[in-house]
Amino acid sequence: MPEDPDSELVSRVRAGDEGAFAELAGKYQGTMLSIARGYVPSGAVAEEVVQEAWIGVLRGIGRFERRSSFRTWLFRILVNRAISAGVRERRSVPVEDMGPVVDASCFDPGGTWQVPPEPWAEQVDAQVIAAKISARILAAIDELPLKQREVVTLRDVQGLSSVEVCTVLGISNANQRVLLHRGRSKLRQVIGSEFGRGR
Amino acid sequence: MSRLRFRPGRDVVCREAVELVTDYLEDALPQAQRRRFEAHLAHCPDCPEYLAQMRAIVALAGRVTPDDLTPRMREGFISLYRRWQADEGT
Repeated sequence: MPEDPDSELVSRVRAGDEGAFAELAGKYQGTMLSIARGYVPSGAVAEEVVQEAWIGVLRGIGRFERRSSFRTWLFRILVNRAISAGVRERRSVPVEDMGPVVDASCFDPGGTWQVPPEPWAEQVDAQVIAAKISARILAAIDELPLKQREVVTLRDVQGLSSVEVCTVLGISNANQRVLLHRGRSKLRQVIGSEFGRGR
Repeated sequence: MSRLRFRPGRDVVCREAVELVTDYLEDALPQAQRRRFEAHLAHCPDCPEYLAQMRAIVALAGRVTPDDLTPRMREGFISLYRRWQADEGT
């Protein structure tokens, strides 16, 4: 297993360092709220669920055996709390929208681009532009269908591995990839429209 | 399901390639399919840009930092921690 990026913070929290706890909270609070919101009916309930999860983390951190990464453990606690608080049954994960990720009219009958993507990938490497569209991408992630948002947030924003995401959300790797594909494809469209016509 | 439209054993066309991009990046394509995908990229004028854009999206999302704690929220976490420590001590 790769080294846990929160290993040091976890040790400090155990040793009584309140600043380390605030640091962990700062790192994960936004993502936890966003995930909890998908399970419960209101933002207020989501905040309660996240608060309970943090209390669960503090109670359990002395016994946390580091068999998984801290973040996998943390998000598992969160999702379990959210499921008990929420009404939604999440055992099976239907994929919300199954149309093609690029509009069919962009291809000729043989399946070759007739309206190819306008090039912009290279521009993204420029740090300045990236900073400008960072807010836009966060907003776009927020607008993704629930399950796509969960997977994209955990994988691409928080940097969890596919194995970690599957453990946290209790979904298969194939399912995880479908959700990731659809989520990223939508972000591509949104960000593309910032540069051109978003095809 | 659009993802099943891919028929093994023949060349990949652009419409299929865009559906295979994530599996490709995740290293989840079976070897033969991966080879056909890469063969398509090698001669297609447009799909390499599409792949680059999907990579750019991953990079961009990785640079997003979820909102920092407000000072008030930070205080809340510190006091939660102190209450927990006090409970532990009893």
